[in-house]
Amino acid sequence: MEVFLQTLVAGVLKGGLYALIGLGMTLIMGVMGIINLAHGQMMMVAMYVTYVCFNYLGLDPYLILFISVPALFLLGVLVQRYTLNPLLKVESLLPENQVLMTVGVGMVLTEVARFIFTSNYVSVKTTYSDATFFLGGVSFSVALTIAFCFACALTGGMFWFLLKTDLGRSIRAVAQDAEAASLMGVNAERIRTLTMGLGAGLVAAAGNLLLPIYYLFPDIGGPFTRKAFVITILGGLGSTVGAILGGVTLGLAEAFGATYIGMEFEDMVGLVIFIAVLLFLPGGFKRLTKI
Amino acid sequence: MKSNRVALAALLGLIALPLVVREPYFQHLMIMVLLWVTIGTGWNLLAGYTGQVSFGAAAFFGVGAYTAGLLSFHLGVSAWWGLALGGVVAVLVGFPFGWIAFPLRGAYFALGSLALGEVMRQLATIWESFTQGMMGVLIMPTFLSKLPYYYIALALAAGSVLVVRLVLGSRLGYYFISIREDQDAAMSIGINTTKYKMISLSLHAFLTGTAGALYMNYMGFIDPHVVFSLHDISIMAILVGIVGGVGTVYGPAVGAFIMVALQEVFRSAGFGALEALSKAIGGGFMAGLTKYVSQAHVLAFGILVVVVIMVLPNGLVGDWRKVSRLFKRAS
Repeated sequence: MEVFLQTLVAGVLKGGLYALIGLGMTLIMGVMGIINLAHGQMMMVAMYVTYVCFNYLGLDPYLILFISVPALFLLGVLVQRYTLNPLLKVESLLPENQVLMTVGVGMVLTEVARFIFTSNYVSVKTTYSDATFFLGGVSFSVALTIAFCFACALTGGMFWFLLKTDLGRSIRAVAQDAEAASLMGVNAERIRTLTMGLGAGLVAAAGNLLLPIYYLFPDIGGPFTRKAFVITILGGLGSTVGAILGGVTLGLAEAFGATYIGMEFEDMVGLVIFIAVLLFLPGGFKRLTKI
Repeated sequence: MKSNRVALAALLGLIALPLVVREPYFQHLMIMVLLWVTIGTGWNLLAGYTGQVSFGAAAFFGVGAYTAGLLSFHLGVSAWWGLALGGVVAVLVGFPFGWIAFPLRGAYFALGSLALGEVMRQLATIWESFTQGMMGVLIMPTFLSKLPYYYIALALAAGSVLVVRLVLGSRLGYYFISIREDQDAAMSIGINTTKYKMISLSLHAFLTGTAGALYMNYMGFIDPHVVFSLHDISIMAILVGIVGGVGTVYGPAVGAFIMVALQEVFRSAGFGALEALSKAIGGGFMAGLTKYVSQAHVLAFGILVVVVIMVLPNGLVGDWRKVSRLFKRAS
């Protein structure tokens, strides 16, 4: 029972971070209609920003959120502005050109990171990286708990932004029907650029929060891109509530898989879920929640 | 037809080539080019003509290679049986996958194929008692000379191009293209889109799997990271397709040539030219640059994806008019 509770806690805490990763991905999916296959790589860039700020400026990792998130917002905006938006005007046979473009962008980001930081593993060690506290016999990692709280706050803030502000409404309008939104005076191109920035900013926050308890090397982006699209498929393409449910589900599934099946199967779990969703619940949780 | 004559001339040239170029190094490169012609042509049939972009060429390539390797390793029969069976096993792997992913619209197929490659790689790594895990599979090559491999690869490449031409000339090809152009319209005139997508996927899987089996026979060694590699196989297949020209018969052949050459230029740091230069100058900077360039082919591929999609969205063959106009203006 104790092992079960421990696994449950670990899964939910990790799931909070996954939700943050999935939220960015699903926003981009909803507005642009494409899967951003550079998502994990953007997270990797954010983690290196955090690493550099921590090592050379000596800042606290949670303070660096105020640097890494804007930095990645800018990166997302630039990527959208100069590589993806021009593609909308180019005529070609394959509609997947934009997805291929994100693959290319991801490769460039990874290799540039390798060029600057080499392939070595690095990590950010703080006083609370390994600290834990106990609650009813179950141990909670301090860093992971803080990360979870931040993730919940950011997710809540994102929801408020999407539901209550003008800009958020414009984003949802473009996601529903870009053409109709343009006719209502929404600048769809600008909204797309902004959404890419937001998605990159959200995943930057996730990477930043994860770094104190994780390790970092240039190829870390790939696995997280895969996790992100599993979450998005699980939640339903373009569904924000679904992304949160999907993130927590993936976190739980990975934790239980690692505990009860074996550590080496941790990465397989997500892919098995992916196939199971396609088989039994195509459309993901969106079909159940309707939003 | 002019294109027919060009293709025939190219084929004759390729048959005669190893008799002229006797250097094993260049023969090796040409074998790799021919393997990529096969893989790229298969990918193009599925992505370029049927409109289903696959990120999972590595899954089929690896399955074909492992089929050949494990047949010889476990059963002791010649790995050449893999050449006959590798493609079939790859189709068997592709079948349930297509059956799950094809009825769904949208990004599911692209993502699913990406996941399939990863599942296969993890499986080959974890299932050590069957696949040897990270140790890989080692077999003894049959021939010492490269010539037999060259001609088998050439036959395979020419065969795959021929298959595509035959398919395009038949009813099947029109069904494929109609699915790419408008799935709803194709369905409304009674085309069973899932079935024809499956046929297209099977052809892709078969050609890629056979190429994988030949790779095993030729190289004599495989491990999960080599044959199930996302960048070096799946993405490379896409690059071969888009650089040469998506939805053109000979595009992948041109793309394969360019991509293998490019990969080699980077791997060998400009065929040793940079190294010679750095020795001549003797600076530490040049030595560092040489070392980096030899590792930078993934970066170059990434930049190439970005540039090709923006400038030549239909590839060299598809946008040939644009390219030739550019040359004319320059001269």
